[in-house]
Amino acid sequence: MSEHIVSPKIYILIFAVLMVLTITTVYAATVDLNAYFHSLNVIVALVIATCKAILVILFFMHAYYSSKRTKLIVFAGFFWLAIMLSLTLGDYATRSWDVH
Amino acid sequence: MHRTGELSGQFQTLEQQKESATLGMWIFLSTEILFFGGLFLTYTINRHTYTDVFSFSSRTIKLSWGAINTVVLIGSSLTMAMSVWSAQVGRKKLVTFFLVATLVLGTVFLGIKGIEYHDKFVEHHVPGLNFDMYYCTNNPGACNLSPEDLAKEKVELDELTKKMGGENSVNANSQLFFSLYFGMTGLHALHMIIGAALLLWLIKQSMSGRFAAQYNTPVENVGLYWHFVDIVWIYLFPLLYLIDRH
Repeated sequence: MSEHIVSPKIYILIFAVLMVLTITTVYAATVDLNAYFHSLNVIVALVIATCKAILVILFFMHAYYSSKRTKLIVFAGFFWLAIMLSLTLGDYATRSWDVH
Repeated sequence: MHRTGELSGQFQTLEQQKESATLGMWIFLSTEILFFGGLFLTYTINRHTYTDVFSFSSRTIKLSWGAINTVVLIGSSLTMAMSVWSAQVGRKKLVTFFLVATLVLGTVFLGIKGIEYHDKFVEHHVPGLNFDMYYCTNNPGACNLSPEDLAKEKVELDELTKKMGGENSVNANSQLFFSLYFGMTGLHALHMIIGAALLLWLIKQSMSGRFAAQYNTPVENVGLYWHFVDIVWIYLFPLLYLIDRH
């Protein structure tokens, strides 16, 4: 289980992709996508942000090359976040609490 | 098996020590994910509840600074990753170079954040006694806005006031937006300041040649922390600056 060295070429490639995604998300924000589909602007922005985050985690943070045990912890962190977000937002969406 | 001064007694090998350190760092980062996650959740619920005022408030933040800062911060993640690589291949001088570059980019990010906060102070958009969403349109010339932007803002603000039934509810709800804006970006900036302090600590050790192919765990772990802070910004940027821009 020796250490994996990620080459600078991969880092620079990932950086370039992240820049392209940043330009894309800024451009997409100026277009009214909501006219095509409800809340499409938010969906597009969050999908692009998630792609960027995944690239950072896998390559800059070396999760792609780490041991199964470390990968499990990475997955668990985001899984618990997903539990918090989905259950809370599920409550707000379905129980019609009047918070106004 | 390397037995150097960097191996703690409880570990058999440096590899095992490194694996434990990485695992521990990720466990810490998963608590950070939930910490910031709570704020993102609060923002989402409030944005959904007060959609109109939140989107208006969001449009008063300058997109250009946020976009530049995104590039700066992702750039600093690249230099951080490069310093880890330099350590792994034993290029000691390059380690210091890339750590300094990361620190410089991090400082540029904080400087730009400072300019943005200053603008918000001038515009009376900081929650508190002087908070007034109508300050710029009532005092033309007091804010750093072009006449066209100001005219556009006035039209939008008048429409919003009518819809919300008065200036007070617009001010109350937009204070909520700016409380979250300052809370989230402020907590992010605090993480950046802590990261900058950690970088200074690394630079000091790196200059005395501590990090090499055999041992570079501190560089790797501060790197993980720095990239995590980058990921928080990757979500803050669209949610605060972008989604209500069209």
